[in-house]
Amino acid sequence: MAARTLINVPPKAKRGEVIQIKTLISHIMETGFRHDNVGRPIPRDIITSFVCTYNGEEIFKAALYQAIAANPFITFHTVATESGTFVFQWTGDNGFAQDASAKITVE
Amino acid sequence: MKQAIRQVVGEAHVKPGKIKLDLPPLVENGNSVTMGVMVDSPMTAKDYVKAIHVFTEKNPQPNIISVQLGPRAGKAEIQTRVRLADTQSVVAICELSDGSFWSHTVDVIITLGACLEELP
Repeated sequence: MAARTLINVPPKAKRGEVIQIKTLISHIMETGFRHDNVGRPIPRDIITSFVCTYNGEEIFKAALYQAIAANPFITFHTVATESGTFVFQWTGDNGFAQDASAKITVE
Repeated sequence: MKQAIRQVVGEAHVKPGKIKLDLPPLVENGNSVTMGVMVDSPMTAKDYVKAIHVFTEKNPQPNIISVQLGPRAGKAEIQTRVRLADTQSVVAICELSDGSFWSHTVDVIITLGACLEELP
């Protein structure tokens, strides 16, 4: 099932301006340290990596661990250099892969 | 935690300063704690922050997040939400483009830790 994502990128920016990007994805981020009601360990299921590319060039990359809360929320910054597309990719355990994109107009 | 930090910094000397870890001093619920990390850096092509790593002392797994940045980031500042298992200290370490490492340690008091609750 596709995870829901929420991306916040300013639609317009001036050239050279530092913009803030907020990303949120729905995911349980099961740590693998918990047990169910009969004592069996619950297997780990987390997002392990997050990458953001801006017109094909990688601008931000993060390795996530169990210590990231459920529904990982990540905020970061970049310089608006040209109009184009941001592509966000999350990958994780059990073949989890999800991407999202956002457009920006730079004046 | 020391081992995990060693793996990242290698033999380099880690100095305090330049980086600021923003965590509330008293946390009621360790399952979701807003955490901010900012590094004092001009973020130019010659002088920028290469990476930011955050570690915990008492979580079952010492790493929280490892971020790779570049001069295109414009501003070395990230925010996320983390889980903290217990009252402990959290360490943020940044690697600058000149190869130096800087750190900031914050002590956090947790009233309800993450990872403790069992499923119903």
